[in-house]
Amino acid sequence: MADLKKMQENLCAKIDMRENNNDGDTRIKVKIAMATCGIASGAKEVMEVFIEEFTKRNIDAVVTQTGCMGYCYAEPTVEITKPGYEPITFGYVDVKKASKLIDKYILNNELVDGIIPVNYEKIDNK
Amino acid sequence: MAKIKYHILVCGGISCHASKSEDILKNFQDLIKMKGLENEVQVIRTGCFGFCEKGPIVKMMPDNTFYFQVKPEDCAEILEEHIIKGKRVNHLLYRDPVTQEYKSDSQPIGFYKKQIRIALRNCGFINPENIDEYIARDGYQALGKVLTELTPEATIEILKKSGLRGRGGGGFPTGIKWEITRAVKADQKYVVCNADEGDPGAFMDRSVLEGDPHSVLEAMAINGYCTGADKGVIYIRAEYPLAVERLKIAMKQAREYGLLGKDILGTGFNFDIEIRYGAGAFVCGEETALIHSMEGLRGEPTVKPPFPSESGFLGKPTNVNNVETYANIPAIFLKGAEWYASIGTAKSKGTKVFALAGKINNVGLIEVPMGITLREIIFEIGGGIKNDRKFKAVQTGGPSGGMLTEKDLDTPIDYDNLIAAGSMMGSGGMIVMDEDDCMVAMAKFYLEFTVEESCGKCSPCRIGNKRLFEMLEKVTQGHAVMEDLDKLRNLSFVIKDTSLCGLGQTSPNPVLSSLDNFYHEYLEHVGDKKCRSGSCKSLMQYIINAENCIGCTLCARNCPVDAIAGERKQAHLIDQEKCIKCGACMEKCKFNAIFIK
Repeated sequence: MADLKKMQENLCAKIDMRENNNDGDTRIKVKIAMATCGIASGAKEVMEVFIEEFTKRNIDAVVTQTGCMGYCYAEPTVEITKPGYEPITFGYVDVKKASKLIDKYILNNELVDGIIPVNYEKIDNK
Repeated sequence: MAKIKYHILVCGGISCHASKSEDILKNFQDLIKMKGLENEVQVIRTGCFGFCEKGPIVKMMPDNTFYFQVKPEDCAEILEEHIIKGKRVNHLLYRDPVTQEYKSDSQPIGFYKKQIRIALRNCGFINPENIDEYIARDGYQALGKVLTELTPEATIEILKKSGLRGRGGGGFPTGIKWEITRAVKADQKYVVCNADEGDPGAFMDRSVLEGDPHSVLEAMAINGYCTGADKGVIYIRAEYPLAVERLKIAMKQAREYGLLGKDILGTGFNFDIEIRYGAGAFVCGEETALIHSMEGLRGEPTVKPPFPSESGFLGKPTNVNNVETYANIPAIFLKGAEWYASIGTAKSKGTKVFALAGKINNVGLIEVPMGITLREIIFEIGGGIKNDRKFKAVQTGGPSGGMLTEKDLDTPIDYDNLIAAGSMMGSGGMIVMDEDDCMVAMAKFYLEFTVEESCGKCSPCRIGNKRLFEMLEKVTQGHAVMEDLDKLRNLSFVIKDTSLCGLGQTSPNPVLSSLDNFYHEYLEHVGDKKCRSGSCKSLMQYIINAENCIGCTLCARNCPVDAIAGERKQAHLIDQEKCIKCGACMEKCKFNAIFIK
């Protein structure tokens, strides 16, 4: 049990860093909603674009998959966290828009249409 | 290249749009251009922020200030004060209704949100294939706490106090279910996770399993500890391959970490889980049918009692809970029964996940506190009805539930209120219908589903539902007489009263509730041979307006069944006997001479 606690604290710190970018970590984080519905609407191809483009352009970023974000009407959905910024969720991200997101938001800090504001309460804020 | 420093996010939701968010957007754009700030400030339209009664909403980034009820003429002030001078525009901030204080919320704001994510707390946040991410978000802490600090009795007590009720639809108090199973003495007990999600249009459980499989595993282990079972079985339909895959990965990782298997966390508690596949039969969501299917028998229900808690899987005491019920449990032990019970209504605690589908703008998966109204769900979270059509009804509870209408829009949603309104909570499918949907046809759709899915064991369900379906078909085809409507109602009651399991006992609900709420539509179908929504094809007629028809013959040439006759340059006529109502003629006509009656 004590081990679990320790493990949790350790990992928690690590993930916290990932979520909040308060560790001076300068890496960009891209999370892609990949439940069945996301994948069916092309999330896998979108993920590949992000990975390929990041490698090609030598951008230091982490791309991970996650579960359903709940925005079925706007799949595929992608959450991008830039160091020092709040995470932003973009909807309707097809392959073309994925490159646009890299060009505009990631490299130039310019937002792109299709932003979905977080409109629910997380329980850890309570 | 100069980088953008400030972002102004303008809500583009339906109701903000109605209150001039487009003008706000345009004003900002013009002002930015005028001041030559294009390279530093960007304005963009976003999705709905979900606080429509205070709209239009404008969010400033990077400092995350929200401005409410912004008017187009406020744009200059916001730009001047906020961006250029770096000062907040106080009178546009959120004003706390109690303290009257202006809140400047650079912190994540939690005060206006309609949704609370408990069961979905990790969905869309963690990588479901990585146990470390689950653990980092307090995963398996609840199991650890229960195993090391609490007795099974105390654990069940907490669950009872939380008020959690079964999320599969029945709403049986989960703590009491566990207590009953615990009280039965046996050499072997089982806990089962019912992941046989079968309602048309429902995908709550799949999303939980695909997004946060560990939360279900953890809760099953807690269940095992409380009820005295060391084996868990997940019954999942084989149509959910990704959910199965992620569950398998999760189980493997949990075993490697010693969180499943022998001597969990060094406490001497053993618990392991296996997966059984269902072939996707709706009736297997019923717990006795589910258990028979797991045993390799036909998925048919049996009479209760004996309840599964006395004699279930392989004749042993078995505790069956639904996926979403499980997903709530770890959060209850982490944050306490009081916290959980503080959310919701008097008799229905916590939240409910709904799969919002149908004629609604924001189709999606939502989790809302019990007690929220349908109006809030449909018009705020759901963004209203598609294409500005008029709301007609919403079906909750899938084929077992009923239709809720305009008059129910402001009823707080919980188990008991929905039953009082003639529907039920169900597992969480919510299908929204607009004025273009025919309620008789909807009832027929659900009956068609039940007829398909009836296991055939008992005759009321096997034969009765088939007869109901045939009668509905008669109504939609215009062949029914008034007596048929009485027969529909009577037969519905007979099926409800005499069927063996929940499937048959609830299958006439869509018929009854549509008869109750939309009797006039039935009357129109029977008496006037008319379908007001135009969706019952047998009742509509394509007619050629002789005044507009110039006799070009285009329609006649395109009719697949040669139902249109007429000389060149003379008005044509459609033979209603031959017409199959495909609409090809109307599509081709260039003179708007064909209309539907």
